[in-house]
Amino acid sequence: MSWDWLYPAAAILGLAVLTVLTRAFFMIPERDLPMPDWLRRGLKYAPLAALAAVIAPELLMSQGALIQTLADARIPAVACAAGYYFWRRGILGTIVVGMAVYLPLHIGLGW
Amino acid sequence: MNLHTLRGWLRDPWFRTGVGDMLGTSLGIAAWGLVTGVAMVKTGLSAPLAIFMSLVVYAGSAQLAVLPLMAAGAPLWVIWLTAACVNLRFVIFSSMWRSYFAYLPRKQRLALGYFSGDVIFVGFMKRFPKLESQPEQLPYFWGAASSNWLAWQVPSIIGILLANVIPLSWGLGFAGVLALLGILLSMLSDRATWLSTLVAATAAIATFALPLKLNILVAIAAAVAAGLLAEAAERSLRRARAHTPGGGA
Repeated sequence: MSWDWLYPAAAILGLAVLTVLTRAFFMIPERDLPMPDWLRRGLKYAPLAALAAVIAPELLMSQGALIQTLADARIPAVACAAGYYFWRRGILGTIVVGMAVYLPLHIGLGW
Repeated sequence: MNLHTLRGWLRDPWFRTGVGDMLGTSLGIAAWGLVTGVAMVKTGLSAPLAIFMSLVVYAGSAQLAVLPLMAAGAPLWVIWLTAACVNLRFVIFSSMWRSYFAYLPRKQRLALGYFSGDVIFVGFMKRFPKLESQPEQLPYFWGAASSNWLAWQVPSIIGILLANVIPLSWGLGFAGVLALLGILLSMLSDRATWLSTLVAATAAIATFALPLKLNILVAIAAAVAAGLLAEAAERSLRRARAHTPGGGA
């Protein structure tokens, strides 16, 4: 009987607990925690910021540095996807248009 | 929950609105789930463990962050600390979830928290921008949460099972980034939101070298500060204009 599964299984169970703890964090106590009013107003920028912070490096960096070339499939793909979004306001179309530009350039030309 | 109440949920118009609001992004979520599934197996997890991980952890960004650590046999506390840092943005979101769902019993609050990913949070905030409880929020949440769960788990498990057939080099995960981009663009409404988004993006890139994805937290802090400053600046501008004779706009 091998114990190799024990380490990943323990890691995974701990990660599941962390998912609950972090996502429910301020919902866990029964009573409201006091929070200053400016912070409450400021937090409405948090979701936008989290999204921007996840996306920006994915779009503009490779191997930890800003990309130096325009021959990168992501640049034209994002330009077309954003253009489509402001034209039609549909998220599904934004994904489809972006991938339609990205995949041929990335797989075909190796950009 | 028994079958009868389940059927009641499915018929609830707000449940359906929740499902509908997730449909646009689910293509991107699905592509991301697929890629994460493949990545789990490629870094050395067995298929049963990978499926177990996908089903119980249910946090794509944290999973991707800890996979290389697990493959290297890093100590458990390092793995958990990394995941906690990547998940810190959810702690901030949870303070807003509380304003909607504080009235529910704790068990339900924990369940809500577990199923509330980024995309659900953003969709919910767009639908209910006022931080107060309304009865239609609960069916809306579960509609959005269940479709998002399916859109993630099904492709993730397909990716695990077909890991050796699906090449990561195609860059299918880019669809996930595009989905987030679409959501982000849909949230930009006024000068303050544009400004704080640009500040967040710049801060995230400038501090990318920080360990444990802490650049995301730096970006959030910078964007909150920028948003509050922009609001304050606009307020004092308006006040100054109101005091100038003739300039009432």
